[in-house]
Amino acid sequence: MSIYLNKDSKVIVQGITGGEGTKHTALMLKAGTNIVGGVNARKAGTAVSHKDKAGNDVELPVFATVAEAMEKTGADVSVAFVPPKFAKDAAVEAIEAGIGLLVVITEGIPVQDSAEFFNLSLTKTGADGKPVTRIIGPNCPGIITPGQALAGITPSNITEAGPIGLVSKSGTLTYQMMYELRDIGFSTSIGIGGDPVIGTTHIDALEAFENDPDTKAIVMIGEIGGDAEERAADYIKAHVTKPVVGYVAGFTAPEGKTMGHAGAIVSGGSGTAEGKKEALEAAGVKVGKTPSETASLLREVFKG
Amino acid sequence: MDLYEYQARDLFEAHGVPVLAGIVAQTPEEAKAAAEKIGGTVVVKAQVKVGGRGKAGGVKLAKSADEAQQHAEAILGMDIKGHTVHRVMIAQGADIADEYYFSILLDRANRDYLVMCSKEGGVEIEQLAVERPEALARVSVDPNTGIDAAKAKEIAEQAGFPEEQHEQLAHAFIQLWTVFSNEDATLVEVNPLVKTGDGQIIALDGKVTIDENAEFRQPAHSELVDEQTEDPLEAKAKANDLNYVKLDGQVGIIGNGAGLVMSTLDVVAYAGEAHGGVKPANFLDIGGGASAEVMANGLDVILGDEQVESVFVNVFGGITSCDAVANGIVKALEILGDSATKPLVVRLDGNNVEEGRRILEAANHPLVTTADTMDAGADKAAELAHSARTDK
Repeated sequence: MSIYLNKDSKVIVQGITGGEGTKHTALMLKAGTNIVGGVNARKAGTAVSHKDKAGNDVELPVFATVAEAMEKTGADVSVAFVPPKFAKDAAVEAIEAGIGLLVVITEGIPVQDSAEFFNLSLTKTGADGKPVTRIIGPNCPGIITPGQALAGITPSNITEAGPIGLVSKSGTLTYQMMYELRDIGFSTSIGIGGDPVIGTTHIDALEAFENDPDTKAIVMIGEIGGDAEERAADYIKAHVTKPVVGYVAGFTAPEGKTMGHAGAIVSGGSGTAEGKKEALEAAGVKVGKTPSETASLLREVFKG
Repeated sequence: MDLYEYQARDLFEAHGVPVLAGIVAQTPEEAKAAAEKIGGTVVVKAQVKVGGRGKAGGVKLAKSADEAQQHAEAILGMDIKGHTVHRVMIAQGADIADEYYFSILLDRANRDYLVMCSKEGGVEIEQLAVERPEALARVSVDPNTGIDAAKAKEIAEQAGFPEEQHEQLAHAFIQLWTVFSNEDATLVEVNPLVKTGDGQIIALDGKVTIDENAEFRQPAHSELVDEQTEDPLEAKAKANDLNYVKLDGQVGIIGNGAGLVMSTLDVVAYAGEAHGGVKPANFLDIGGGASAEVMANGLDVILGDEQVESVFVNVFGGITSCDAVANGIVKALEILGDSATKPLVVRLDGNNVEEGRRILEAANHPLVTTADTMDAGADKAAELAHSARTDK
């Protein structure tokens, strides 16, 4: 088991013919992902050549639209490598087509665009009343279920499958944590992104990990800005029975300065790392001072 | 990016929000000329991106142009909560009958927009929200429909305005929405929104925050950047497309990925506790590309900070492999030559780390020390910064 993504996921790549799209399509295939095609309206009808995990040649068809790609291949996941200018249109197209999971890697999307396509996704509901499309990102490394599939840019050679579920706002901090705990391994590791408006939240991922039988413990990585960690702390207290270990970055960040990620800003004394750490600790989450200490805390969990 | 009040006023005017005359001035003489042009009673307002300027003496009424000049003389150069006043706005005096509050902001938690509106304006809104929450209407706005006539009426109703004011207020709300939407804002705040003696609705003071990610479709926004108050090193970094924030410390930091760099700052600050309290000097995220050029530009900016005594390069090779990063460091030091004078502690991990470490060892650069872990690297960099400082 895993969350959101597994070996049966059929993945398409929006922007498969671009530089980033080409590079990461190759890496996703190498990670074992079942990529079934891509989208680029101007190159529809052509195909791109890659190699799969076993080293065999694969020809991936390029379709004009997400809808067509889904119809012809049965795709249920799309990964968008599209420049910020065109990202909203790409996301809207995927949502309108009713893709199950949309991973938006792009950094630098205007936040109003993200707010618009996220709210559009809320209006397209399925028979269960829930939105058909789950969005991960934007401005994220995507999601990896080690040994099964990768939808995004997380390096797949850091670690293998294992019992830890990880949810994080940051890419490289995710890689660092996976590396620290590479001997234990991960069920799924999801980077939800560092923008002010994101699709899947810490809470969504915590709920999914709680329900995933293969996940035995959860690492939650947060950073300054907003109150997502505080709300996640409330959720953990009320709903999560599995052990959760936390880490928050940005204790030394000054007020009013954006620290790399568009959403990473302390404003008016709110969104501080200290506040988030306190909220998590009050919910019974052990919070590490450094990534290495966080990894040690997680190891304690497995020692029993 | 937060805008100055006069910039917000100009955007309001451009989008049809009712405002009074206002002219920005950088000298007392300009202030006098502006007051003459506007005529009558004016208000001289310090332009700073921080609240509480009224209490600090940064807002003064002037009944004549000479008086406006005198006030400008006193206000220009004033320090308000650490912000130096470089400009004043000369604003037309208003006959205020009533003060209201209105704002539209990005609601990160709900991932939509939130309008806050109150009949009780001109006060600290955070205080009102705590003390009398019932006096502050909160209305969610769908990003895909925005504030139309019906939504504007809903806001006026929820805030408890009398029926006869609805139409006039709705007009102002819709125009303010146009500012928010057309300018890619994340905050548009009017405090106070006033009713004048003759019954007009006017936005008297405005605060606007714009989204820098929208630069590609907002070419006019680059002119709103205030180069006068920009940190020179931050400006230099920006010119080189580097994501750099200047801090007050001795250990320069270079890393890849915003989260890892923030974490590196924290780890260095902890390590510094044992080394004379040295602190991280900056945030610098070089992202995925670790080319020699990017590395050299980054080091150049960091070493331009006179406080810096050591540099900690902390890279996790994800997609980028560590050998490329190591080569980038070695070549960057070649490019910089004699201008690189401070010790570098390099910690590499991840993809192809052995080769990366081998390259650094082979280069055997006198300034470079390697560390096996992030914690050890932070500790070494802090120790070097502390001893360099003590030697002075």
